[in-house]
Amino acid sequence: MKTEIIFLLAFFALVTPNLPFCAENSEPPGTEEAIEKRLHEISSELRCMVCQNESLSSSSADLADDLRHRIRALIAEGKSDAEIMDFMTARYGDFIRYRPRLKRDTLLLWFGPVFFLVGAFGGLFVHMRRRGGITLDVPLSAGEHAFAEKLLNMERAKNAGDGSGDIA
Amino acid sequence: MNRLPLIFFIALIIFMAIGLKRDPRDIPSPLVGRPAPAFSLPTLDASPEKTFSPDQMRGAVWLLNVWATWCASCRVEHPLLLEIKNRVALVGLNYKEARGDMKAGREKISPGDEKKLARERASAWLKRHGNPYAIAVLDIDGRAGLDYGVYGVPETFVIDKNGVIRFKYTGPITREALNGQILPLIEKLSEN
Repeated sequence: MKTEIIFLLAFFALVTPNLPFCAENSEPPGTEEAIEKRLHEISSELRCMVCQNESLSSSSADLADDLRHRIRALIAEGKSDAEIMDFMTARYGDFIRYRPRLKRDTLLLWFGPVFFLVGAFGGLFVHMRRRGGITLDVPLSAGEHAFAEKLLNMERAKNAGDGSGDIA
Repeated sequence: MNRLPLIFFIALIIFMAIGLKRDPRDIPSPLVGRPAPAFSLPTLDASPEKTFSPDQMRGAVWLLNVWATWCASCRVEHPLLLEIKNRVALVGLNYKEARGDMKAGREKISPGDEKKLARERASAWLKRHGNPYAIAVLDIDGRAGLDYGVYGVPETFVIDKNGVIRFKYTGPITREALNGQILPLIEKLSEN
């Protein structure tokens, strides 16, 4: 029982990702280089609505180009990362964010996998316990007992013969 | 006998089958239920050139249809738009007419020339295929389109008398969508 729980805990500790938290970046825009860096950071978090499985930062679609231009303009206006994200979600919805904000609509998306994983491990846990109980509780029949006795006797005779006792 | 794995497997197949049937481009717009974003854009009619903004449609139920001449599927829905033009006010938002077209977009042209080109192309297209729009406006740089969350033309918004977006349709309107969703909604919104 204890080992099973420890095993489960260790497993979850391994699979739980180090959740990164969106750093608040409200520094003044600054140099061209700094703007490009922020543009890259922000656009890596956004989905290209046309290609869907590509980020805004790597997409060559026309729309992605427009949105990158707009983000650059927003940075130049001194908008914070959070404000820019809000700007995008207000127009394109949560879908544009690779990590949508936690709210009722996105609960299943965020916790669904954990829910299924816990359920699966719960099932496995119950299954293991039940099967363990069954095998321990079934007593040997008289025939099986006699057969086991015979095997043990054979081993004992062999050990007594060579005396090395190398059987673990 | 343990049937649990089989049940899970069947459930998985059902979910996947449903997933296959859904259109990945049909993304719910956060704009539905919110006031239509404001813009002020030049009308397609050059003489005299006027500006149009959604405020002017207050008190009427109307459709905002995003289109362009380079958009092949806009031609597909065009006959349906012509069909309903007498039933509801259609406003055509011509989206990135010149620069949306790869060829024209790569050439560097002055803003004045780009506007002229957009106007010529859009007008010619409407003359050829018929004009369903009560008003057509030019969104040369796609800024207004961006505010409407446009990501694939054609897109159509149903806007109520208070200027609130009530429905969005992405892609060419189909007969089913028109009769099943858009027209009934227009009728309902027109009543009150």
